[in-house]
Amino acid sequence: MTLNYTSDESARELRSRAIARASIYVFEAPVRLWHWVNALAIVVLMGSGYLIGSPLPSMPGEASAIFTTGIIRFVHFSAGYILTVALLGRLYWAVVGNVHSRQLFRLPLTSLRWWSEVLFELKWYLFLERVPKKYVGHNPLAHLMMVSMFLTTLVFMIGTGFALYSEGAGYDSWQHLLFGWIVTLAGNSERLHLLHHLGLWMMGIFVFLHVYAAIREDIMSRQNLISTIINGERAFKDDEP
Amino acid sequence: MFDHDDSFYQVIRRQGVSRRSFLKFCSLTAASLGLGPMVASKMAYALETKPRIPVIWLHGLECTCCSESFIRSAHPLVKDVVLSMISLDYDDTIMAAAGYQAEEILEETKARYKGRYILAVEGNSPLGNDGMYCFPGGVPFVEKLKSMAADAQAVIAWGSCASNGCIQAAKPNPTQAVPIHKVITDKPIIKVPGCPPIAEVMTGVLTYMLTFERLPELDSQRRPKMFYSQRIHDKCYRRPHFDAGQYVEHWDDEGARKGYCLYKMGCKGPTTYNACSTVRWNDGVSFPIQSGHGCIGCSEEGFWDRGSFYSRLTDITQFGIEKNADEIGAGAGVVLGAAVAAHAAVSAVKQVSDKKNKKNKDL
Repeated sequence: MTLNYTSDESARELRSRAIARASIYVFEAPVRLWHWVNALAIVVLMGSGYLIGSPLPSMPGEASAIFTTGIIRFVHFSAGYILTVALLGRLYWAVVGNVHSRQLFRLPLTSLRWWSEVLFELKWYLFLERVPKKYVGHNPLAHLMMVSMFLTTLVFMIGTGFALYSEGAGYDSWQHLLFGWIVTLAGNSERLHLLHHLGLWMMGIFVFLHVYAAIREDIMSRQNLISTIINGERAFKDDEP
Repeated sequence: MFDHDDSFYQVIRRQGVSRRSFLKFCSLTAASLGLGPMVASKMAYALETKPRIPVIWLHGLECTCCSESFIRSAHPLVKDVVLSMISLDYDDTIMAAAGYQAEEILEETKARYKGRYILAVEGNSPLGNDGMYCFPGGVPFVEKLKSMAADAQAVIAWGSCASNGCIQAAKPNPTQAVPIHKVITDKPIIKVPGCPPIAEVMTGVLTYMLTFERLPELDSQRRPKMFYSQRIHDKCYRRPHFDAGQYVEHWDDEGARKGYCLYKMGCKGPTTYNACSTVRWNDGVSFPIQSGHGCIGCSEEGFWDRGSFYSRLTDITQFGIEKNADEIGAGAGVVLGAAVAAHAAVSAVKQVSDKKNKKNKDL
């Protein structure tokens, strides 16, 4: 079955439940765990990354006794590894997990019905629609943003991040073997640094929009959102289709 | 001057260099190339027996800083190497011959050493107006370059001009100067970037080619890995201050006097591949960072067009005005913040009015 994550499908899934006001188990435990590990890693990476680009004021004392930038870089690299391993785990779960665990990794770009609902959601956000539709997973606009803005930026940051790491690790490192081609593609280390730095701002903008949209939708849409990513259950506020 | 078939050893013995000094040079060069002790004797054998490589040294659009670096190499023996290990058959800047006599050598070498000589190119060729902006010996330089490259075994691009274009190819590049790999596409090219490159790096590359009769191992940008596989930052003697978080904040502060890391002053060491922090300059006396100024990244492609030498972030000119990544990010953040705040306010009004409507309906 190919899923387009449209409201029709959500309605069917809802109807299939015996009780009214169904709550559906959407985000399985590994997905929720990944979300929070990932969120924490991103916050740590953004903070430490910014401090690598614009370091703290100079430390007094002997260089042999302090390791401030060293620790910040260590934190950045560790969080980067955790982020990467978590994403690999998340990819595995997309294979073995439920239908909703795959939503992050595929876009039904050929479905006209789906595109019309992207447009509908856009109008809902622009106050041109009075009543929103119901969605079990991400709504189509959120889905589009998740893949095009979040996942793309995440993969871009992992790729450029490991490419930068490979510059220090050297030519015989596995980081160079796997990611060295990105340094070549960027053409120049300084440009690669710049791209990675712009990625920080892109991710920051995503986090900002993501949190705002989650809170707003939790209040104004017809389903809950924030508790879903905590306990996995999607509850609906009314029985209308 | 010398017989073309003389070996390097024969030539330097004739110049009064002792065998002891010669062997010292071999060990030193082997060590600087990162090769084992056995290689020194292999190198000595090669330099004793093989005829010197004929080299044609062309000058295009350039400032001659590569030649200046080359002939000023502080190690006395290195100077001899430069002028005697290779059979420098043509170099219009330092050769005695002039005019037709000089230009004849080009044709002669081309015929006699077809497919064997090395073409060393300092500077690059402007392509604008059919190459009229560089016109040595009555022909556009680009023609001279193409014709000499046709019969060479390999081409060495000395310096940033030949390797990356350097200042004459910087925006707006009025003469349309291009690095030589844009002109010569069918020959192996080794790039030795730097403005200028380090003398010991130049001799190291030549010695390797003479000893092993092949090109040194190159990276993805065709630079010899032995000198360009690490960044200045990786081997910088100020690196402990970077890791400690001790930075020069102003040119005249305590940190500058104490020799702290120049990262915040825009040092390009972390993004520049070169051997300055290990080989250093002027017989290992110093290099820019040791002299208190950040690296400007002269051996990196397009270094003139990457914004200030004194800022960490590259200027981004694609948006019309020069901005760096943080300014663009903060700008986007402010605009977005304002938009979201407005959106949230309208949302709140809508939520309240919807509730009111619902209440009215329920009544």
